Amino acid sequence: MNLVDQIETLSAEQKNAIIEWVKAAEKNITITEFKLDRTEKVKRTTTILLEETIQELDLKRKAIEETNTALQKSLEELKAAQAQLIQSEKMASLGELTAGIAHEIQNPLNFVNNFSEVSNELIDEMTEQLEKGNTEDAKAIASEVKMSLEKINFHGKRADGIVKSMLHHSRTSNNKKEPTDINALADEYLRLAFHGMRAKDMSFNSAMKTDYDESIGLIKIISQDVGRVILNLITNAFYAVTEKKKIHQDGYEPTIAVSTKKIGNKIEVKVKDNGTGIPQKALDKIFQPFFTTKPTGQGTGLGLSLSYDIVTKGHGGELKVETKEGEYTEFSIILPV
Amino acid sequence: MKILVVDDEKDVQVLFEQRFRKEIKNKEMEFAFAYSGEEALKYLNELHEAVLILSDINMPGMSGLELLRHIKEKHHEPPPLVMMITAYGDAENYNTAMKLGADDFLTKPLEFSLLKEKLKAIP
Repeated sequence: MNLVDQIETLSAEQKNAIIEWVKAAEKNITITEFKLDRTEKVKRTTTILLEETIQELDLKRKAIEETNTALQKSLEELKAAQAQLIQSEKMASLGELTAGIAHEIQNPLNFVNNFSEVSNELIDEMTEQLEKGNTEDAKAIASEVKMSLEKINFHGKRADGIVKSMLHHSRTSNNKKEPTDINALADEYLRLAFHGMRAKDMSFNSAMKTDYDESIGLIKIISQDVGRVILNLITNAFYAVTEKKKIHQDGYEPTIAVSTKKIGNKIEVKVKDNGTGIPQKALDKIFQPFFTTKPTGQGTGLGLSLSYDIVTKGHGGELKVETKEGEYTEFSIILPV
Repeated sequence: MKILVVDDEKDVQVLFEQRFRKEIKNKEMEFAFAYSGEEALKYLNELHEAVLILSDINMPGMSGLELLRHIKEKHHEPPPLVMMITAYGDAENYNTAMKLGADDFLTKPLEFSLLKEKLKAIP
């Protein structure tokens, strides 16, 4: 401003005006500097805040990761527990079958022993006849020996089949669909379940009706799993008729009916009993895991729940039930082929 | 002597026919077979000729014990002899069979030499 004063060529008015501009400019600069300073401060604060937020977020991320790992672990544990439960259920049903299996093996073994003894006797007789020169008699005996040997072979294979199916039943399923004779499968489990019940309870008896559709042929199913479903339904049916028999002593004839039928591109397996039926209030829960009407310790409550999973998830089929309390229960397994 | 064998195992027929081959050939014994209690009753009602009935206890439908009760309660005179055979030689089955009037009680596996002796002792 002193500089302005020294410029001779400027009038006093012009000098004043210039001085005013300069003052105004100085003021503006001061304000701008102040604003800048303030912005700088805000920026610093924001940066600090941002850094804090980032740290916090990072902590949260770590916490979520930890939770996730824990959840994953729980899930794996749950899966392991479930697999174990399925295995126990399998073993429980195998336990139910043990007596039946023992009986079913004993019968063919008796035949094997008997027919081998008979063959021995027949050979002696044949030698005797040959020594006498009675070739015709010897030939007749030879054909008897042949038949005996065929019977030994047949019953040996029968016992072998039972042992194999027992092992098959207890093994973990390999989830592979294989061509299966569903009629033979149903019949085998029906026999095993029947003899299993008989061995456990001497007073037990039931008529068994079967109606198998021979036109079905081989169908692709996970035979172990479907076998377990059929076994489970048959065991339940036997249980229902036994319970009813306890109440109605006279005039009641326990009956179990197992049938198969080909309907279009579907196979239907029905297990019907004239037992106690299922009360309406229990009907909604029968497929839930751990639901059982049996006394504590007698049922795992997993049978129908696992059966349901096998039929629906495992085979894309349906498991249906029709029942009337005190009269009957009919389960239908519907499998697409 | 006519003997009716009742068992749900069909091969029992072949086995008996071979085990008693000589007796059948010499016409000492004659065998008939039924594969269920119901079938056995039908046979007895139509042809009243079996002297002895050998029945398995453990059969689906009508059990051997029920068959025994039917025979002993309702059957014609003289009632045939009934021998029960079971895979389960337990006291309960034995007592029930005896109470129902069984003439003998045998356990599986059958001792055929013993059975033969028993059959030959029958007058």
